[in-house]
Amino acid sequence: MERIPILKMGDYLLVSIQIDMHDKLAMDLKNDLAEKISKTSAKGVLIDISALEVVDSFIGRMLGSMSEISKVLGAETVIVGMQPAVAITLVELGLSLKGIHTALNVEKGIKLLDELVKLQ
Amino acid sequence: MDENTTGKETVITLRETNDIVNARQYARKLAVELGFNILDQTKIVTAISELARNTVIWGKGGKATFEIIIKKGNKAGLRATFTDRGPGIPDVEKALEDGYTSGGGLGLGLGGAKRLMDEFEIESEIGKGTTVTVAKYK
Repeated sequence: MERIPILKMGDYLLVSIQIDMHDKLAMDLKNDLAEKISKTSAKGVLIDISALEVVDSFIGRMLGSMSEISKVLGAETVIVGMQPAVAITLVELGLSLKGIHTALNVEKGIKLLDELVKLQ
Repeated sequence: MDENTTGKETVITLRETNDIVNARQYARKLAVELGFNILDQTKIVTAISELARNTVIWGKGGKATFEIIIKKGNKAGLRATFTDRGPGIPDVEKALEDGYTSGGGLGLGLGGAKRLMDEFEIESEIGKGTTVTVAKYK
């Protein structure tokens, strides 16, 4: 079955979304991520969406709820690599991704995670 | 209307949520073919995705019809029509407001799609279904 892999890197989990997700795949990822956080006691989650050419309200909402679920389970989330066209479109669509931490790239994302985890 | 269609229509069936990806991918292909820039491609595909999801979820399934249109002044564009035979929308004006939702969603679908496209038309009849037509020009 098709699944998006979740990699463990020290205290962090790394998710790189490389394909155009259909709804079930996105929902599976949400569940897998929650399970993996609780299994590994990860302190942070980095989600790379640089390969995503579309973030519609469903995927945007999914990213938001993954971030909330992670928080409840004790992990901070940073979303990295959003393409400029996707960012412009999201704002015009009316989705502000409130409460979601974002960074330009993986390197900056890890730095931000380090800071967020230190504040915990 | 002062426009011509090229006569070629492509119909994408929208029965389940997996079909939304097909509509997105076809919209992308067409937008690339027409030479839209990356931002307009993204806006088109995102709007199509929102409308396709409405058709599947609130319209209980239907179809999307894509065509290339030429407007007066030789402006090329992409038009997509979403048709369902679902329950219809009781208050279309209200459905276009951000935050409106018939349950579960964020309610950005219709209003958001309207903002992302150049043209937007909606017809809905209770018990008969809904048709949404959108277009974007180069």
